[in-house]
Amino acid sequence: MILGEVLKIAWQSILANKLRSFLTMLGVIIGVAAVIIMVAISAGTEATISEAINGLGSNLVFISSAFSRGGPAGGPQPSSGGLVYDDMLAIRERISGVAGVTVEQQTSVTIKYNNSTLEDVMMVGATPDFTVVRDVQVAEGRFYNDTELERASKVVVLGKTIAEELFGESDPIGQTVTVNSIKLTVIGVMAEKGLVAGVDFDQQIYVPINLVFKKFMPSQFARFMGDRVRQIIVSVDPKADMNKVIEQITILLANRHGVSLDSLDLTTRTQADIIATQASTTASFRTLLAWVAGVSLIVGGIGIMNIMLVSVTERTREIGLRQAVGAAPGDIQVQFLMEAMLLSLVGGLLGIVTGVGGAYLFEQFGGMRTVVLPYSIGISFLSAALVGVFFGFLPAKQAADLDPIVALRHE
Amino acid sequence: MMNDDIPLIQTQQLVKVYGSGENRVVALAGIDLNIQSGEFVAIMGPSGSGKSTLLNILACLDRPSEGKYVLAGEDVSGYNRAQLAEIRGQQLGFVFQSYNLLPRLTALENVLLPLLYRRNGRLSHTERQEKAMAALASVGLADRSHHYPNQLSGGQQQRVAIARALINDPILILADEPTGNLDSRSSEEIMELLLELNRQGRTIAMVTHEADMARHAGRILMIRDGKLAFDQRNGYHAAVESVSAAERRQA
Repeated sequence: MILGEVLKIAWQSILANKLRSFLTMLGVIIGVAAVIIMVAISAGTEATISEAINGLGSNLVFISSAFSRGGPAGGPQPSSGGLVYDDMLAIRERISGVAGVTVEQQTSVTIKYNNSTLEDVMMVGATPDFTVVRDVQVAEGRFYNDTELERASKVVVLGKTIAEELFGESDPIGQTVTVNSIKLTVIGVMAEKGLVAGVDFDQQIYVPINLVFKKFMPSQFARFMGDRVRQIIVSVDPKADMNKVIEQITILLANRHGVSLDSLDLTTRTQADIIATQASTTASFRTLLAWVAGVSLIVGGIGIMNIMLVSVTERTREIGLRQAVGAAPGDIQVQFLMEAMLLSLVGGLLGIVTGVGGAYLFEQFGGMRTVVLPYSIGISFLSAALVGVFFGFLPAKQAADLDPIVALRHE
Repeated sequence: MMNDDIPLIQTQQLVKVYGSGENRVVALAGIDLNIQSGEFVAIMGPSGSGKSTLLNILACLDRPSEGKYVLAGEDVSGYNRAQLAEIRGQQLGFVFQSYNLLPRLTALENVLLPLLYRRNGRLSHTERQEKAMAALASVGLADRSHHYPNQLSGGQQQRVAIARALINDPILILADEPTGNLDSRSSEEIMELLLELNRQGRTIAMVTHEADMARHAGRILMIRDGKLAFDQRNGYHAAVESVSAAERRQA
């Protein structure tokens, strides 16, 4: 039989029962839309996370002390273990392929200027390499330099928002602010960076780390925390081989700490590691969601089969007549299969519209970032088509197997 | 059409048995029958006689349990369902008691339905429309081509069905109680149409229980208990008496 005619017949019979056809398709519509929306939400989450991780800086290696080794938990570490400030200096001087190295020490402070007071401002103590490692720029003035770092000079660079809140329109450079009763000279203002991984870079102030060690730490900590650091952040030159750099750093630090490579007192992680961990979590989450959505597709398919079986019974006489005027069992089978497929394909198309629209609405009103992945559209549409063929097969076979005499006599 | 000396329909010891064991019913108990091309044959018989079974086998809707059915020189008794469907589509035309028009299709679409299942000599959309139009015109319904079945009278619906039966230029038209659902005036019109087709050379086999209708046929076959009880050419009165006798016996 002519394919165009088969399609026409199938289409007409779908249109003949519009409400019923729509309700039949609903399962497929929901299934396809669910697949697309679920995948879009998890892809959106994933994209947000990797952007946040990448936003920390570029080509970063995070070296951390393996704190659990030796000493009581939470207490001060024995002087023979852990990362120290000098480790950072050693990496900077002796490892090639390093674009920048920094350590960070955060403290919450209160800033005053004239009559303005800002409380609970995060003060970041770091090294001049901070700008390279964290990928931030100075908008006005300058960042502190190595000399100021060594001398623990009383200088400060302000985050953009902090500068605006304290100084408004006037120029902050050269002014003196009071930070926890210590007077610091403003030497620069950072360019806008915004929120990265939950930290607002514009709401922080930046000082040399030695200044933090000397002036902003309780004296009893200063004694044994003085040059101890929790984490060293290395920015690897994009042209250098990251694995090689990590290997060199590991050997260097193992030598400095007097431990073998098998019993390292530190761990190294790269952004790629963090992203990979994150990705594998979201990927398995996404697979789970896709399966749940897939189940609703199957339920939709069963709905189609159900209605098709009803349709075969209702149209038994029509089937008998078609057989009488020359339709072979194959013709009848193709016709009903086509009808089931058309139901699921139209359902699939409506599902795609619903899914893409739904993802958009989630983004607009649900406060969730969504990324509609083309493959989710392809896969869900293909599944819908397969569902149609699979669940249409039984009713179509039943129709084709009807005995024309019995079918013609059917009331 | 067929050469006159070779019968269009030839059956040899046609047997049809339904069920098995205790439920075994012999519907046809060996029928030998020849029908020549151009004949108008009325098949009569009391209900349960096997006349419908015979028509179904002649119509290639059913297969005999035993025996041979040769249609236009072709032994179709062993054909499978797809082969029988092809024979039905290309060589036969059907007229049913209840018209069997598809309610969602217009008269024209109903008439061209058999063309859609053609395997050889497929026609284009326009050709199909033209052919169906011509068939409708030949039954006097050219002006009703876009009406739906429920907009037509019973007689008109049956004429649409006859147009559908004619569309593939069949060698045999099978009619199962074609006037069974019609009032007497429409019945006469339909009979006249069938007779006209017969005069044009069409071979027609018609099952009926109405002696009035059978009277028009050139030949009357009487089936009783699955056997050919009576085969009368141009013998209306004998046939009627035979029917009356059968009815008396049943009563």
